[in-house]
Amino acid sequence: MAKLKIEDLKKIKEKVHAETALRDGSRRVKVTVHMGTCGIASGAKQVMDTLMAEIAEANVTDVVVTTSGCMGLCSREPLVTVEVLGRDPIKYEYVNPTKMRQIFKRHILEGEVQIPFVLARGAEIVK
Amino acid sequence: MLELALHILDIAENSVRAGAKTVNITIEEDVAEDRLTLTIADDGRGMDEATCRKALDPFFTSKKVRRVGLGLPMLSQAAERTGGSLELRSKEGEGTTVRVAFGLSHIDRQPLGDVAGAIMILIAGNAGCDFVYRHRRGSGLFELNTREIRDEIEDVPIGHPEVLKLIRDNIYEGLKEIGASA
Repeated sequence: MAKLKIEDLKKIKEKVHAETALRDGSRRVKVTVHMGTCGIASGAKQVMDTLMAEIAEANVTDVVVTTSGCMGLCSREPLVTVEVLGRDPIKYEYVNPTKMRQIFKRHILEGEVQIPFVLARGAEIVK
Repeated sequence: MLELALHILDIAENSVRAGAKTVNITIEEDVAEDRLTLTIADDGRGMDEATCRKALDPFFTSKKVRRVGLGLPMLSQAAERTGGSLELRSKEGEGTTVRVAFGLSHIDRQPLGDVAGAIMILIAGNAGCDFVYRHRRGSGLFELNTREIRDEIEDVPIGHPEVLKLIRDNIYEGLKEIGASA
């Protein structure tokens, strides 16, 4: 049976420890991919796959990824919220892998909001 | 939704939102009986009997933001198309178990899809929850428990890209090893 190799996990642990000692590993950006039934059915998984691949490729440690449920705007899924620390959250609509890559490179890394894809600024209010 | 992996992602998110600490995801391929069984069991807050009965109604949801709840009904339909069924058991304060049976070789059975990716997304997106994934085919068994991984990596977050990549590769390899073919 393929058992997760403990040595591999130990190796990662040591590497991460060495890296975080060099720089402040605090979080700077929180990205939320909305993954309700509606999101998943319209392609949120591909968007999430792309985002995680980009993060791994760029080798950044200050971007935190989370998932959330449906917020009631199912027709505009997949939705992605990008929250740069200290700024208003930005919600992107109709996201696909290509848009996700652009949002990652320009907004998450460089701080430039990608206005053509934006649905709204601010957090949703659930009544 | 056209893959079982997407259904797993969807239903397991329900568990997380119900406040589960551990979510058990089990897939069993029974070639002799020609059955594929998917079980998702959580220790969340559960439902009372009336809610449990309504949960398979597409026009019932516990959410306030919209009036439909399609996750469970779509999974149920996907199972019924293959001569299988969905069984929902829940107890308030104890948790919920969704058990779905499919006809393994039925032409309408959805492919398993990218389970490794789905599990990886669940782990990455829900850092406060543990996931146990088991896949059985014949005598072969693959098992992944995030509790064990957490113990091993100590203060490194489980959502770290390298840890996730290792988990994903491990699932791919493990499923290949036991000959999972769904």
